[in-house]
Amino acid sequence: MEPYLLRALAAGVGLAIVAAPLGCFVVWNRMAYFGETVAQASLLGVALGLMFQLDLTISVLLVALAVAGLLILAGRQTAVPVDSILGLMHFGALAAGVIATALVRGPSVDLMGYLFGDVFAVTGSDLMWVYGGGALALAAMAWLWSSLLRLAVHEELAAAEGVSRDRVRIAFTLVLALTIAIGMKIVGILLVIAFLIVPSVAARPFSSTPERMALLAALTGIASTTLGLGLSLYTDAPGGPSIVLVMALLAGLSLTLGGSRNAR
Amino acid sequence: MTTASPVPTPHVHAPHVHDGCCGHDHVHPPAPAQLDPRALLSGRGLTFVRGGRSILTGVDIDIRPGEIVTVIGPNGAGKTTLVRLLLGLDAPDRGVVHRRSDLVIGYAPQRFDIDRALPMTVSRFLRLGQPAGDAEVGAALAEVGAVRVANQQMTSLSGGELQRVVLARALLRTPNLLVLDEPVRGVDYAGEAELYTLIGKLRDDRGLGVLLVSHDLHVVMAASNRVVCLNRHVCCSGVPETVAQHPEYVRLFGAEAARAIAVYHHHHDHRHDLGGDPTPVSRPSGEEPR
Repeated sequence: MEPYLLRALAAGVGLAIVAAPLGCFVVWNRMAYFGETVAQASLLGVALGLMFQLDLTISVLLVALAVAGLLILAGRQTAVPVDSILGLMHFGALAAGVIATALVRGPSVDLMGYLFGDVFAVTGSDLMWVYGGGALALAAMAWLWSSLLRLAVHEELAAAEGVSRDRVRIAFTLVLALTIAIGMKIVGILLVIAFLIVPSVAARPFSSTPERMALLAALTGIASTTLGLGLSLYTDAPGGPSIVLVMALLAGLSLTLGGSRNAR
Repeated sequence: MTTASPVPTPHVHAPHVHDGCCGHDHVHPPAPAQLDPRALLSGRGLTFVRGGRSILTGVDIDIRPGEIVTVIGPNGAGKTTLVRLLLGLDAPDRGVVHRRSDLVIGYAPQRFDIDRALPMTVSRFLRLGQPAGDAEVGAALAEVGAVRVANQQMTSLSGGELQRVVLARALLRTPNLLVLDEPVRGVDYAGEAELYTLIGKLRDDRGLGVLLVSHDLHVVMAASNRVVCLNRHVCCSGVPETVAQHPEYVRLFGAEAARAIAVYHHHHDHRHDLGGDPTPVSRPSGEEPR
């Protein structure tokens, strides 16, 4: 196998494994829109990284954290519902990101690479981010697992039983921002949240425990990466979108087959 | 109200023990009552303001071991806020919450809408964050009469089953105080009576203190040792019969509700032997809730 293909496969599989447990909590806590907003706002991080010649993963990570913090603070206001704030930030940050990138790189900048990633251009140092950062993210998830699960089941009950809501939420947001930053190079800021959500959705109908759902989500992500890259090679379609398309098809198939089983 | 209850004499506006009832304009004494050292959980002068609106003003409450305290009040009376303050989920703007040093709370929240996307069996839920063996889980489910749902998904339970399971989780923590917020919400009338019988039994068998929150007037009161009638402040408190006869209570809930209290009386399914230990007597076979 060509080395670029091997790197693409290794990066996609790594991201799928890291994203699976995280994605389950995004789904259980109905945070899909939150994640998407953080991810799309990180285009600003790309612009800042280019401007100050930083490592893009680090600048994206910093911006993702700043946006997530801002969102958590904005969620405390009561004038408008939280999803309106998300909508505002989502489009505002995307627009600002496009403008900032264009200003830094000139009007002819190719945004496609940042929006949809380029899985076949993954470098060795990107892989180090995927596996180093990914291991850190997985370790954090293992440590947070029980507390996160209790909060997902019933936030007030967990808090009354002594789970520290704010601390767990901040830690989870850190892991989410890290995963977005890792995934940005591979599938771009528009598709990275798909790696979190879609495999979890595919896993739900065939899962009777939270752990099984995370495991099946990881397997779905791995299978989708392999099939998607194959599809991309044969049709010359872009890599990231091919992977996500396979994921979506698998999820649709899973819901069709298993959705009526009432998830036993 | 048709009974010839005496017209309430106007209260003396001086520091007093909250045993009778107070009028709506009643000014509370500034000095909070002394803490009862036996009490598991106490609140003194609890005041909570949100958005410039007083949700609670000067609430005093004590829950002692072996006692069921029912907080009753109309919607919007601040019942859930009071529970949140007592549990430490919110901080009061004024006043203090005192917990006895050995306090372990088993809490059953009012709403329990577990997300459909989250797969979770009942027995897993009972073990979540608390180490418990099969035997303990089984015993807790047996105690609340919900053994047969052990392997079901949480999302497939009926309202009554869910309440029992949540209660079983609370019991697994071996609490000395149960806090139950509207435990009969979404439970039918027969289930309600069963649940209250169960709560009374838990108090008797384990000597638990119970804080029960309800807007439901029919069954709850006779099983309680003390009823606190709340409407942003403590309107009245005392033994169920006293509260039910009280004009302030009748004004809040109507004469119909005051009569309804007579409908149910906590019937013991066991006797206390000479040592004070409960001994089950001829547990009827139909007792297991269905």
